[in-house]
Amino acid sequence: MTPVTATTDMGWSTEDIRLTGSTLRLRKGGAGDPIVVLPHDIGGLDRLSFYDALARRFTVYVPSHPGYDGSERPSWMRSVRDVAVTYQSLLATINLANVSLVGLGFGGWIAAEMATMSPQAFRRLVLVGAMGVKPVTGEILDQALVSYIDYVRAGFEDQGAFDRLFGAEPSTELLEQWDLNREMTFRIAWKPYMYNPTLPHLLGGVKAAALIVWGAGDKIVPLECGEAYARALPRSRLAVVPASGHFVDMEQPEALARLIVEFAAEG
Amino acid sequence: MHLMYFTEQPMSAYPADEGLKFGATALMFSNKHFDPVAGSRLYNEYLEHYRLAEEVGFDGIMLNEHHNAPFCMQAKCNVFASILAAMTKRVKLVLLGNPLPLADNPVRLAEELAMIDMISRGRLVSGFVRGGGQEQLAAGVNPAYNRERFEEAHELIVRAWTQPGPFRWEGAHYQHRVVNPWAVPLQKPHPRVWIPGVVSKETIVWAARQRYPYIALSTAIDATKKIWELYDSVAAEAGYTAGPENRGYLQRCHVAETEEKAMANARQFMWMQGEFTGLAHPVWSSPSGYFSPSYRKAFVEYAVGRRANPRGAEFEDQVRDQQIIAGTPKTVITKLRRLLEETRPSILGFWTSDGFVSNEDAATCIRLLGQEVLPAVREMGKELGLWSPFEANAPVSIAFAKGPAPAAA
Repeated sequence: MTPVTATTDMGWSTEDIRLTGSTLRLRKGGAGDPIVVLPHDIGGLDRLSFYDALARRFTVYVPSHPGYDGSERPSWMRSVRDVAVTYQSLLATINLANVSLVGLGFGGWIAAEMATMSPQAFRRLVLVGAMGVKPVTGEILDQALVSYIDYVRAGFEDQGAFDRLFGAEPSTELLEQWDLNREMTFRIAWKPYMYNPTLPHLLGGVKAAALIVWGAGDKIVPLECGEAYARALPRSRLAVVPASGHFVDMEQPEALARLIVEFAAEG
Repeated sequence: MHLMYFTEQPMSAYPADEGLKFGATALMFSNKHFDPVAGSRLYNEYLEHYRLAEEVGFDGIMLNEHHNAPFCMQAKCNVFASILAAMTKRVKLVLLGNPLPLADNPVRLAEELAMIDMISRGRLVSGFVRGGGQEQLAAGVNPAYNRERFEEAHELIVRAWTQPGPFRWEGAHYQHRVVNPWAVPLQKPHPRVWIPGVVSKETIVWAARQRYPYIALSTAIDATKKIWELYDSVAAEAGYTAGPENRGYLQRCHVAETEEKAMANARQFMWMQGEFTGLAHPVWSSPSGYFSPSYRKAFVEYAVGRRANPRGAEFEDQVRDQQIIAGTPKTVITKLRRLLEETRPSILGFWTSDGFVSNEDAATCIRLLGQEVLPAVREMGKELGLWSPFEANAPVSIAFAKGPAPAAA
């Protein structure tokens, strides 16, 4: 996909990493402490100003989820935990330790699962509009019931931001990619849809400090899920970003990057 | 030939304007618009039509099921098949069919079907379908595994019918500690299986590999011919020659005393904007993973309104292509001759009335078909050598060399 947002060169490179059971496409850029960004269910744009903003302070790793964005489909996968374990395996393969995890939306759910699997392994945990926890009063917007465009638009408070990133009428090529990604999401997160009922019980063991970030206008994952994460994770706080929907990384990239940089600098 | 009677069992009492206002008549179109008083009346009228169809000489009654939509009131074809098993004496009960992927327990389906086969004294034809796109959502079943579930459930059901239990089943989508249903089919090795479909190449290929007859659902003649080209080539690869006994067709066909009345009533086939499955919602009817990957681009464009429904066509076009036939018995017979000559099916379903066609006109249509059309079609079938699977004693599947017969006493 063509980057729409202007970027400076942060030395981005892409590599296919062969793991047992799947192949992962991994983008890497910037310099500094390692930080792994796990993208949304709609898949990733290769270049976002958010990634560049992080790359000024960190060495940023952005994988494409297995089976997403045209990568080889691991047809055996049945759950989001399978993805989380695959990423643990990725970190071991590229010999990354003491990293911080930034999970965006669906990627936030994966990051939370990873943290419960290795309570002491991660330096910092940042969950942004994370799926994974069942809301009590609201619902997680079900993409099975809305069109590709309506689903992504629902994640933006400012529709102009959607237009700038994807075009007011996204290309058929992009829609096909969203469809492929949606199919992979269904394969691993169909029922229960977009949460794991056991996850809240397991989050209590996580030792890493956690920052929960939510777009004030998130219409995909209700804010109550952020509050639930903040309650369940022992060392956590919740930051609500104004003038943003679900895709905080695309709507308020600078604000989100600043929150993460400040959080990383805390003692 | 094997001539079947079919109705979608339309819930014609629903307020159509509400459906138009909502923009879809499926899945989330509220069931507050269902009127159980009218529903009770209609179910019983449809039962009378089935009884009449047997009386006037149809060979079979074709049943189907759909969910969360007014175009079809039948939510479980096994329920009607059970009633008809006891109510009728002669007709085959042709289920086209049970939507396998929607079943969480295929063994239960195998049992129900075995009961229907025994109660009907061996008159069951057990077709299987994938279920519509929106039905995956209605049943909460993962559309991405639709085809895998279809194939695995089929395999399990045939095993449950043919292999003495108990045995264990550890599949990808179904796991059963004990498969040992007490009821097994009367017909041996098992009841015939026919597979209906519209567009999916994968289903045609799968049916041909199994040597199961494929029933083309109201496709245009040219499209039907392409289906048979594909089916025949797969059959040849599988080591057998496909013939009329492998070919079925569902024809929308309304007959009345006058041409005008027949054509007016035939317009009711479009009562759901010409959609088999009602006024479709493009997203719900095509969930990701459900449709054939070779049509991904077409369905993606349809889902966002960039392309007309790949399944839809106008009334006049459908009449021109003979997807819909209407008229007096005489005109209808001429058109059916063209269908039989050009596509050579031996199984022919008559979908006679739809929508708001009156109870009286629906019954008249069945009578006229029985008195005037069916005898003529049978003669054409003999002349053209269109022997049905029953007449040809065709094998039940590629796995079994013979046609089914009742178990010895």
